[in-house]
Amino acid sequence: MKTFDIDTVRADFPILSREVNGKPLVYFDNGATTHKPKQVIDAIIRYYADMNSNVHRGVHYLSQISTDAFEVTRRKVQAFIHAKHEHEIIITKGTTEAINIVASCYGRAFITAGDEIIISAMEHHSNIVPWQMLCDEKGCKLRVIPMNDNGELDIEAYRSLFSERTKLVSFTYVSNALGTVNPVKEMIDVAHAHDVPVLVDGAQAIQHVAVDVQALDVDFFVFSGHKMYGPTGIGVLYGKEDLLNSMPPYQGGGDMIKDVTFEKTTYNELPFKFEAGTPNIEAGICLGDAIDYIQDIGLDAIKAYEEELLAYATSRLSEIEGIRFIGTATRKSSVISFVVDGVHPYDIGVILDKLGIAVRTGHHCAQPVMDAFGIPGTVRVSLAMYNTKEEIDALIDGLKRALNMLL
Amino acid sequence: MTINEIQDELIDDFSFYQDWMEKYEYIIQLGKEVPLIKEEYKKDDYIIKGCQSKVWLYPELRDEKVYFTADSDAIITKGLVSLMVKVLSGHTPQEIAQADLYFIDEIGLKEHLSPTRANGLLSMVKQMKLYAVALQMRS
Repeated sequence: MKTFDIDTVRADFPILSREVNGKPLVYFDNGATTHKPKQVIDAIIRYYADMNSNVHRGVHYLSQISTDAFEVTRRKVQAFIHAKHEHEIIITKGTTEAINIVASCYGRAFITAGDEIIISAMEHHSNIVPWQMLCDEKGCKLRVIPMNDNGELDIEAYRSLFSERTKLVSFTYVSNALGTVNPVKEMIDVAHAHDVPVLVDGAQAIQHVAVDVQALDVDFFVFSGHKMYGPTGIGVLYGKEDLLNSMPPYQGGGDMIKDVTFEKTTYNELPFKFEAGTPNIEAGICLGDAIDYIQDIGLDAIKAYEEELLAYATSRLSEIEGIRFIGTATRKSSVISFVVDGVHPYDIGVILDKLGIAVRTGHHCAQPVMDAFGIPGTVRVSLAMYNTKEEIDALIDGLKRALNMLL
Repeated sequence: MTINEIQDELIDDFSFYQDWMEKYEYIIQLGKEVPLIKEEYKKDDYIIKGCQSKVWLYPELRDEKVYFTADSDAIITKGLVSLMVKVLSGHTPQEIAQADLYFIDEIGLKEHLSPTRANGLLSMVKQMKLYAVALQMRS
């Protein structure tokens, strides 16, 4: 394992040296989006300064180098998640679009009235609503895997949810609201024993744990660039080749066609079949730089450091009187959600912001999770590789100060 | 006092507090003085949308003047709604509908007025003016 040097890492992120409200920025909203290292920022500038051109069309030089760079990212993603084929990597706008593509296209091909789709009780709205929309359209039903008070899925209940009508399972690798790491491999194996394909939402996992889609044998795997130190507006849908081939295209337009006449259009092959229109070229190219950045540091080293931070933050937060952690799973990653007795999360967020500390407050786009715990929302501290123990100390001081005012 | 006289008084009050912390402590204090909405009105019909915390606001017309009662489950938000009630309660619907709420900017709370802020101060102002207009049409 490579050695992890926090000072070198922090020096790569220009935004970390700015102030907010006259205080040094302490950024704990990494579950929403991470900051970008200068390696990514420089690549964005380089793209516009040196290569800007549309991809997959021109014979001219700039178009060729843009196209090449865009396709290099596809291969980097392939290597990063250990996909078998390059064309199994579909470049999307983000996790949300990737899930919508599967809901729409897999749904059109395979779902009929009375079929069932299994999701879990801890999903982000983006892994609930596309399936609800499909259910409304097709007359299929959602079955929901329940969770216990610690925020862990009930795997026995999950096993019992399968029926002959189960057509797809979709759940998150890591909960954005609770930090729970789900037993992904075990859950995939359960579904496959019923011949049911599985989509795993990797939005909160890809930046923290090494993913091998072939070892997992996952059928669809989705994630966003902006939560893994990359640009906004770019994401990935990985799908097994045969599944993607059996699905109709998502949107019609340029790039996704082979031949167009007014009588009949034939569609392009993978991956372009699912990539209609001009993509976010700059973000697509620079996602590759974000992957390089993570690979250079090494996910094992990142994971070890973040686990140490998570343990430290959890232990220090436990000092706060009246604190209640929401999500106390045995296996957690980088997210601490909590409430404090008698204090609204919003009030805590406002005071911390005044102290230069960024946290997320509210339901975190996971209202059913909040309902399950009977709370309107939480304060969420989500960590990234550039956070430090000193920042956690600043959070504790800020929290004590806020509670002093609010209680 | 007119709406503007109340605003000027608040600007004066807030000018004593240089530090943001004192300012927020004062806002929290004001929250404790808000005329509380009756429990029976603390339901979805009277919730102001656009706030991360819950804000309930109830308008009443007495002697051609509008009186507001309110509450919130977050105390900073409660302070903000209390400020608005302090300024707008006890005036005619027309005065409320036409009020220019310059004090928000003056006391340094302009950041809270942006439509993207989660506290919904803008939604409160809008809703109070809408209530005033509705009551005006009914009277």
